[in-house]
Parts: sequence; C-alpha cells; structure tokens
Amino acid sequence: MTTARPEEVAAFADSCAIAGIGQTEFAKRGGITDRTEFHLCCEAIRMAAEDAGLDVHDIDGFASYGPERHEPVLLQVALGIPEIRFSNLVWGAGGGGCTGAVMNAALAVHAGICKHVAVYRSLCQGQYHRYGQYNPGAVGGSYMAPFGLMSPGQKTALPFRRHMHVYGTPVEALGHVAVTFREHAQTNPAALMYGKPMTLEDHANSRMIVDPYRLYDCCLETDGAAAIIVTSKERARDLRQKPTRILAAVQASGEGWGMGPMGSNNMPVETYHTTNAQPVARHLFPMAGISPQDLDCAQIYDAFSSIVIMALEDYGVCEPGEGADFVMQGNLRRDGGKLPTNTAGGLLSEGYLQGFNLIPEAVRQMRGTSLNQVADAETCLVTSGGGGGHKSALILAV
Amino acid sequence: MAYLPDDTPLPEPTPDDYPYWESHAARELRIQQCADCGTFRHPPVPLCSRCASSNVTWTQVSGRGEVFSYVVVHYATHPALKQAVPYNVAVVMLEDASDVRLVSNVVDAAPEEMRIGLKVELFWDAVPGDTFLPRFRKA
Repeated sequence: MTTARPEEVAAFADSCAIAGIGQTEFAKRGGITDRTEFHLCCEAIRMAAEDAGLDVHDIDGFASYGPERHEPVLLQVALGIPEIRFSNLVWGAGGGGCTGAVMNAALAVHAGICKHVAVYRSLCQGQYHRYGQYNPGAVGGSYMAPFGLMSPGQKTALPFRRHMHVYGTPVEALGHVAVTFREHAQTNPAALMYGKPMTLEDHANSRMIVDPYRLYDCCLETDGAAAIIVTSKERARDLRQKPTRILAAVQASGEGWGMGPMGSNNMPVETYHTTNAQPVARHLFPMAGISPQDLDCAQIYDAFSSIVIMALEDYGVCEPGEGADFVMQGNLRRDGGKLPTNTAGGLLSEGYLQGFNLIPEAVRQMRGTSLNQVADAETCLVTSGGGGGHKSALILAV
Repeated sequence: MAYLPDDTPLPEPTPDDYPYWESHAARELRIQQCADCGTFRHPPVPLCSRCASSNVTWTQVSGRGEVFSYVVVHYATHPALKQAVPYNVAVVMLEDASDVRLVSNVVDAAPEEMRIGLKVELFWDAVPGDTFLPRFRKA
C-alpha cells in the first residue's frame, strides 16, 4: 500500500540498492589475535564485493561513521582501488550514524559521483579501548565523569528510567527484549551467543550493572568487521544477487538534543524519554511511501534492551508508552510476532559492530536467506543509534 | 570525605565554560543566561539558541530542585570507583533556571530512597584542587 512520496525526495527514494554484503567472523573482545582490525576491515569489504559479483577494484567510494579508524585512503592502498571519488564519515561519536552512512553512499551514487560505494565498520574492542569503560575524551565529559556518569549503559539508562516514570513501564519488559533476541541467535552460528539460550529467569538473576539495567540488557563487546556495497538499482539488477532496494534513508536530530543522554541531559523535557528518533520517522515513512504498520520485519539498534522499547514508539510501530506491552506480548519474535526484530540476535546476542551487523541481516531477510527467515518479508526497517543525538534509519525492500 | 573518591576525574574547564566552574570555588552555582533575552542555557555555549546573542550573564541560582531521572551504578567503569559502588547519579531539574538540569548525585539518599520527583537542595562537596562540586542533599 504505497502512498505518494514527497516531491522533493521522490527522485532519491528507491533509486539505489544494496548489492553485496560481507562480514568476518565475530568473536568476543580479544578473541581475534591473528589479524588486525584493519585486516578484518579489508576482508569484509572484499567479501561484500565478491558477494555482489564485483571485482573489489570496481569500488570507487567509501562511507562509514562514528569512530571508525580505517580511512579510505589506507583502504585504497590495501585493496588496490584505482581511484576514490567519494570518501565520507558521518559525524557523531556513536552508532547513530550507521545507516546514515548508507544514506550518504546512496546520495553519492544517485548524484552520479560514483558507482559502487563500500559502506563499512570494523571494530575490535580487544585491540583498542572498551566502549563500556570510562572514556577520557567523551564530549562534555566535565559535566558527567566527576559525578560518576561514564559509560553508555549508565547514560542511556537515564531516559529509560524517566520512561518508566512517565508511562509506568515495567522494568520486566527489558528481559523480554533480551530473551527474544537471544532466542533468535540460537539458529545463527555466527552469533556470539549461539548455543547459549537464556530464560527470563536467567535474565532476572543476572547481576545488576546500572539499575535498571542488568548484565544481559547490555550489548556484547566484539571483534569483527562488516561491509556492504551500495549501487544504483539499475546496476544492481545486473549483478549476482537479488538487489535489496533502499526505499528510504534518513538522518535527523531533534531541536535541542545535542548529545542527549550521552551529554548533559538537557534535551527537551517533552522528548527526554525517547531515543530522539521521532524526527527520523517523520521523514522516513513518507520517503518510503509506506506506514510503520506495513513493515514485515525490523532490525532495531539494541546496544541496550531499553532502546528497542523506546524506538518502537518513536518509529510509530506502537503508540508512545505502549512499547513495553508490545514486546511483552511477544511481538518481536520471529514466530508469531507482529514485527519480528533482530532476527540474527542483534547487538545483544549476535555481536556489536556499533549497529552495522544489523544491515547484512536486513539484506538477508530481503533476499529470503535469513536463518530466521520471516515468511514473505518484503520490507525491513533498520535503525541506528540509541544514546547521543544523531539518529538514522533505512527502509529496505525486495 | 566527598561522595566519590578523590581520584575520580575532575572537570576540565574550557574558554567557553570556565566561569561556571570558577564560581564553584566560591560555592556559588551560576548558570549561563542570555543578557538580551534572558534564556538560561546549560552547559555553557557561545550563542543563545533563542536569539543568537553572545552577551551573557552568569546568574546565581538557589540550588533547589528535584530529581528528574536517576540511575544507581553497581558496576564501576573507572578504577577510582570500584569501592564507591553502589552510588547514584541523578539528573536534577533546577527550580529557578528554566528547564536546566545538572548531572549530579544525591549524597544522602540510599539506592532505595531514590525516586523521580525527590526534592533536593544544593550541597557543596569539597574535591581536590581547593574547589567544590555541586552535589545535592534531600531537601
């Protein structure tokens, strides 16, 4: 039930496609010692090109986000890319720019600047610093660290506490998110939590990290890399795989958000208990020409289980305050849920590449090759970010 | 003894915000306010988000407020805090500075006493460097 798109984005919407996906193995932080993070980054990009049926030398642009370390000019040398025409990084320290990087790649392709953009993210927390520990370089750190507010878990728990207060959200809802994604990981041998099923009781008995979060509300610390190839829809038709269309791609941040809970917590009172994704949603669904209720599945940024509950509301999958009921009724589950979500296990149970590994799984759903395939899935939402201000999202389609 | 250990990281003032931190040594809580339209803003930034003026005053506020949100940290993410857990972190909405909130701590509230809406008042907690941090006590 496609509706008319706003005129100003009608040409860009549905103009590009994801033609290839690649990912290395995922290991627990410190688990990959035989290759560097840079090596993994190169491998993932090569795998994405091969998957698309392209020669890696056909890549002529690069896009990433956040604190990605490996610059395109260095990748160019390692991969033998003849000429770079586009090199781009989304601002923002966190995962909020993840699908924004896909948007930028698509914009470059749509504009005719380049033909095949590799969008990538490599992250080995075992080779560099741990995201869950104090970071002396945090923006606005003076307003947080002296008071013991230091990690993303501590910070993102603040809006969720307020959400609990405003809507009466039961803290038990967190466990339903974590357990559902853990269950999805049980069919995915690539997932770090494959072979490690978890019950609600296991979750409730896990140690408190930062009340209201328990251990299993926090994402994994992972070594790994992944990449995709973005090209035009027309070119993608001639490549090896069934193209995954990019119906819509949006970045946005609402007024006054700044770094949100990753900063001084002075974002507007009215939207404090959200993920600041409402501005993304306002542009995303009109660009795609579909409504949230038309989605067949979703990959929602789950650095912490609370973010899923709040994002479901922000994206209009359910009404504000109804996210907890939605997840507690089993609606994220592959079997029988209204919106099967994080079908490879997500950042909580597959691995944490700051959101990037959600994209290959969305593509597998659109190709019909997911290990938790949603029957007849034709559309998939992919969201990015949960803490800081900047947010982005995609709607993909077969 | 301060609420958190002495080797907890301290503020690092910048040219944009040093008047805020400097006022703490005199035990004054001064919030940046637009000298033209009166809008409060925090943390300090160069321009007023409402009228774009760069003229500012540093207005002393009462330090009364209430807990807007909070967490209780059980797992320390900095070596200095290993012995300090569990401790609370509160976002305190000030009573007299528009919607300005401070990230701080309620020093005399046990974890089970913490709640949104808890009335609090300013407490100057002595920290290394002959200065103080704005923390709060139950009002």
